[in-house]
Amino acid sequence: MKALLIRDLRLAVRAGGGFGLALAFFLILCTLVPFGVGPEGGQLSRIAPGILWVGALLACLLSLDRIFALDHEDGSLDLLATAPLPLEGAVAIKALAHWLTTGLPLVIFAPVLGLMLHLPGPAFPWLVVSLILGTPALSMLGAFGAAMTVGLRRGGLLLSLLVLPLYIPTLIFGAEAVRRGAIAADPAPPLVFLAAITLAVLALVPFAAAAALRVNLR
Amino acid sequence: MSLLAARDLAVARGGLRAVEGVSFTLDAGQALILRGPNGIGKTTLLRTLAGLQAPVAGEVAGDDIAYAGHADGLKPALTVAENLHFWSAIFGGPPIDAALSAMNLTELARRPAHALSAGQKRRLGLARLIVTGRKVWLLDEPTVSLDAASVALFADMLRGHLGQGGAALIATHIELGLDAQVLDLTPYRATIRPPTSRPAGFNEAFA
Repeated sequence: MKALLIRDLRLAVRAGGGFGLALAFFLILCTLVPFGVGPEGGQLSRIAPGILWVGALLACLLSLDRIFALDHEDGSLDLLATAPLPLEGAVAIKALAHWLTTGLPLVIFAPVLGLMLHLPGPAFPWLVVSLILGTPALSMLGAFGAAMTVGLRRGGLLLSLLVLPLYIPTLIFGAEAVRRGAIAADPAPPLVFLAAITLAVLALVPFAAAAALRVNLR
Repeated sequence: MSLLAARDLAVARGGLRAVEGVSFTLDAGQALILRGPNGIGKTTLLRTLAGLQAPVAGEVAGDDIAYAGHADGLKPALTVAENLHFWSAIFGGPPIDAALSAMNLTELARRPAHALSAGQKRRLGLARLIVTGRKVWLLDEPTVSLDAASVALFADMLRGHLGQGGAALIATHIELGLDAQVLDLTPYRATIRPPTSRPAGFNEAFA
């Protein structure tokens, strides 16, 4: 398990691994919004929680198709499926590696971008907390989508169509928690729902993703 | 006690039966060569035996299987040694030194896999078999893109594996100089049944 995690992290940071791509996309998206909406602070700070969460969602989506597609192309996936490691475990580890290389950097840099979007001061801790609680679900659901579309040519687009609807609950509760933080309301209820969604996803989706992989490997 | 046994096995590719009624056993120290024209289902049979797909009929008995398909499962960004270390850790197999020297890769150990030639990549893919520590090797065209010297190297490695109580099932068209039985799949080619004989609601799950 550890070997797979280390390999995936190593592959992500070496040349062509795509590490930082999601982060750069997030940065550009959050830079573009003030240009499009206008620099007027009141308007920006009202939409900032939503923009930050949608940005995180889309940035996460960018690198999803790499989770299994590359391993499928070079034959490693066949070999992993015949290895002693259970496929469910491999899915969970690969989703974890995706989160560490995509979700975690987003969590760390989101406050900086919140500043650019005039996010009200009290909302910052809740932005970080909601992203920490929500982004693992994005990676795990993404791994499921990637398992469903592995082996398809141009599967990336189909992957987005499959996965984005599954992201809606996380988006709703994540953005709501930040919005409540911004108006000094109690952010706990949406955070609880967010955490519950993430936990349910982490517990159940590896099995679904492994089943999808088994079908696609036939 | 056989390491791998198939009884009355039928395998399907894309919902169509490829070969059927295949039975064999593979004991320790034994190698079995799979022969048959292109498209008869050698790869499908090997993938079924490896557990990557379910047989449509019959039984497979045997675990402790290492599969080597057409693709070598190498990561271009990792070095030769890193690739082998990874598979050794995943399979809980032996250290990689024996595998490196068996396929003459020791000098290339620190080279990234994307800088290897096709033959060197294949040698690395075959060296992976040793670090799996598994007894039964299922090999699908293992000698593709190997030169004569490397084929001899591979045959030596295979003889060593058989000598240590391993077994191998090899789909190949070339002569490896092994003392091996040959299983020709041609007589087992699945007969195409007319669609009228299929019950209503027939689909590939019941092929």
